Amino acid sequence: MSPEKMIRMANQIAMFFETKPHAEGVNGVAAHINDFWEPRMRRQLLDHLATGGEGLRPLVLEGADLIRKPKAA
Amino acid sequence: MKDFILPDADYGTPAARAKETVTLNIDGYDVTVPAGTSIMRAAMEAGISIPKLCATDSVDAFGSCRLCLVEIDGRAGTPASCTTPVAPGIRVHTQSEAVQTIRRGVMELYASDHPVPGLTDAANGDSELQSMAARVGLREIRYQPVAQHVRQYGADGTSNPDWKPIDDSNPYFSYDPSKCIVCSLCVRACDEVQGTFALTIEGRGFDSRMSAGMADDNYLSSDCVSCGACVQVCPTGSLQEKSIAQMGLPDRSVITTCAYCGVGCNFKAEMRGDELVRMVPYKHGPANRGHSCVKGRFAYGYATHRDRILKPMIRENFSDPWKEVSWDEALGFAATRMKDIITRHGQKSVGVVTSSRCTNEESYLVQKLTRAVFMNNNTDTCARVCHSPTGYGLGQTFGTSAGTQDFDSVEHCDVALVIGANPAAAHPVFASRLKKRLRGGAKLIVVDPRRSETMEGPHYEASHHLALRPGTNVIILSALAHVIVTEKLYDEAFIRTRCDWDEFQDYAEFITDPRHSPEATEALTGVPAAEVRGAARLYATGGNAAIYYGLGVTEHSQGSTAVIGIANLAMMTGNIGRAGVGVNPLRGQNNVQGSCDMGSFPHELPGYRHVKNPEVRAIYEKAWGVEIDPEPGLRINNMLDAAIDGSFKALYCQGEDILQSDPDSQHTAAGLAAMELVIVHDLFLNETANYAHVFFPGSTFLEKDGTFTNAERRINMVRQVMAPKQGYADWEVTQLLANAMGANWTYTHPSQIMDEIAMTTPSFAGVTYEKLDRLGSIQWPCNDSAPEGTPMMHIDGFVRGKGKFIRTEYVATDERTGPRYPLLLTTGRVLSQYNVGAQTRRTENVVWYDEDILEMHPHDAENRGIRDGELVRLASRSGETSLRVWVTDKVSPGVVFTTFHHPGIMANVVTTDYSDWATNCPEYKVTAVQVSPSNGPSEWQETYERHSEQSRRILPAAE
Repeated sequence: MSPEKMIRMANQIAMFFETKPHAEGVNGVAAHINDFWEPRMRRQLLDHLATGGEGLRPLVLEGADLIRKPKAA
Repeated sequence: MKDFILPDADYGTPAARAKETVTLNIDGYDVTVPAGTSIMRAAMEAGISIPKLCATDSVDAFGSCRLCLVEIDGRAGTPASCTTPVAPGIRVHTQSEAVQTIRRGVMELYASDHPVPGLTDAANGDSELQSMAARVGLREIRYQPVAQHVRQYGADGTSNPDWKPIDDSNPYFSYDPSKCIVCSLCVRACDEVQGTFALTIEGRGFDSRMSAGMADDNYLSSDCVSCGACVQVCPTGSLQEKSIAQMGLPDRSVITTCAYCGVGCNFKAEMRGDELVRMVPYKHGPANRGHSCVKGRFAYGYATHRDRILKPMIRENFSDPWKEVSWDEALGFAATRMKDIITRHGQKSVGVVTSSRCTNEESYLVQKLTRAVFMNNNTDTCARVCHSPTGYGLGQTFGTSAGTQDFDSVEHCDVALVIGANPAAAHPVFASRLKKRLRGGAKLIVVDPRRSETMEGPHYEASHHLALRPGTNVIILSALAHVIVTEKLYDEAFIRTRCDWDEFQDYAEFITDPRHSPEATEALTGVPAAEVRGAARLYATGGNAAIYYGLGVTEHSQGSTAVIGIANLAMMTGNIGRAGVGVNPLRGQNNVQGSCDMGSFPHELPGYRHVKNPEVRAIYEKAWGVEIDPEPGLRINNMLDAAIDGSFKALYCQGEDILQSDPDSQHTAAGLAAMELVIVHDLFLNETANYAHVFFPGSTFLEKDGTFTNAERRINMVRQVMAPKQGYADWEVTQLLANAMGANWTYTHPSQIMDEIAMTTPSFAGVTYEKLDRLGSIQWPCNDSAPEGTPMMHIDGFVRGKGKFIRTEYVATDERTGPRYPLLLTTGRVLSQYNVGAQTRRTENVVWYDEDILEMHPHDAENRGIRDGELVRLASRSGETSLRVWVTDKVSPGVVFTTFHHPGIMANVVTTDYSDWATNCPEYKVTAVQVSPSNGPSEWQETYERHSEQSRRILPAAE
């Protein structure tokens, strides 16, 4: 998936959870990604986060540690 | 042969609903019936059938044929039993000498101006008139008509002005005016059952004849929608299916379920040997109550269309021609390649797409194939691109994605709020039931950018039409909620007992903000604030209010948020948990509900249980003897992305044409082209098959046993009426593929698959084929606490406990109009066609719609120098295509509309890759486009046409 598409998808999730109380929002973003993103997609996102996460909204950045790391393929 | 048929008696007039009862005596027998019942119906309930021609129990009594006359002690004359209500203590005689004489006389008059059928008349055996003539003992016709309607020429050879030719304009049935007795049953069925009011009685007295439309119309040019209701009630064979004339009468019938939309109508498939003669809507079908639409009733010819592929085929590359091979060779080829890909690229490099057109049992096996044989969760289904946001939104708020009501519920509704749905085209039989209620006084609110066919009709129109700008659903839903909350129209008692009051307070604080008010949002939505306020007040205070919604809600970047907004509205007004209310997602395909129930989503095992839960995995690990992957799999769009990235290599796609139906066709094509193995399992060489390496020919719904689950969660039986033309039902093919890869599945009948589903899925725990046969259908959940199923959800409490209010902040889609693409394209369906058209395009339904048409407002057309009927180029950031334009004010200025039924147009070349934030459901309903005059097909269309031709070549089988 193109990096732009991945960033857009993650940010779309973040924007929904931005209306929730902050802590719930951070958890919500990570939980949603854990529940619905296949390991390849999470790996791509985590790799991007590891290099600074440019373009990602704050809730994604803050929830980075809560996103489950996929097992090595 | 499973030919169980419930008694199909015609009671003559509709059932009365009164609670008080009346006892009377008919032919010496005491009968007790509800007050208001007709004598005709009361007699029938006592087993006494009174002769009749103009009465049937689907329409109100009319009293025109004069055959059902009876005598009542102490009353003068011979009243018609259909229009005379029962009264306490009366004594009725249905076969006195006096009425027998009258009946014979009446029949003699009918016969005097009627063709006397010989052995070659197509109406033989299919005509109530003949049966009644026999019953009343008509033996002679003494009258010599001076004028008649029967013969084209008079005795002197001059042409007869009273004679009218047969109207053969409808492709499926014909109207012979000479056989018409002007009973007007057809007119009343069109009015009362279908609600189209296309038919009328023209002329007076002897001149009167039924006529479709105006005097110079025929059936095809009239408003007729070809639902078949008139044909079904015609007592004389004046209106008759052409198939009867061509084939003769059926000799047996089997009750089954339509394979078109999510309404799930039951039909009697009337057979002669293993040929289907006609499909007749089944009166005891709870979804359709004896009604049908043009698709289910008539458009089944695709099953025997010459395009159907009946032999398995394989090829090395999709640029090669197809080679017809044996099932063994095709299965071996597919299994070897699949295993090789898994070995080389890993177990997550392959996946499946289950079909929302196939049976529950078939979808269950396909997801089992990926989970238990491929050992991953890469399964998805058509619901991804239609109702996946319903799953998320209703799951979060109510605790289950299930629609809350049955279709009968509409009879109790006072206000129908229809959002992003056009049931008159996409769910026609439900639309007829809704319209009946609207004519009866219920109010209608429509939220749709288009003035759709549902919005207004004979004897009703929407009280409010919120013609919003595409992409602003969430704003409108929030504005409705804003009005209800700030004007305190909410149901506090319901919220306090059924929901979490604190969560409502939080939501109320959010929604009270003036930025959500209709006035503040008018500029964004284009809907006058007063209309929004009026609609909100009506929804909140108009009595039983039901929401019906479709893909105009879900197929947006904020589809899930909009579904949450809908749930919020229903909860705050207390419109949940009783007849006439609720939240009703109108499902697109016949079994899209079922395919979701069966675990077709990549994060859920059957019954909507997340794969991350070890206790759920344990059930399947025990049943299947394998380890279940705890990670969610890829969704369709993710599969295509991964294919382009090189990590997804093989797909088994059953009964779904993802190339035509999924958005951004060029992206889909690139994804498919990047795979090493695409297995298409379908009736036809569909568009996806242009990129396939293996083709498994599929079976139609007429050729297999199984179940479909409709939008009411109703599990309906599908019964085999003929042997599969290509050798195997689809579930057998999936089993053969699994076994060719080393599984050891041993199902010999779909009932065994259902037993496994019931054993492993709590909401199906009580479902068996035996019970389905006995009850006719079952709405899940069906278990120990609801052994006969659950017609209505959330009666005493929500599935999740307390209903949850969730904030619904509007986020504009990234798809914006601008100078290059100034118009918004939205997409939908028409009545005569279905989905990608693979079935309906291969029937006579093409007489109504043989190409996709672009609807455009006159103002936008004028600006571009475009005239009605011209070819135009429709372009977006994704691609472009050419199609014909219809200049109409059904759409607002700035909005254009088309359908995706025809691959030659391929509307999805234009739609974008944007999708719902929660579920990746594509944003079909909003694409920024430009439209300009055109003189031919787009480059994509030409290239694709060439590719299709190349790709569909089939080598003759080796000798």
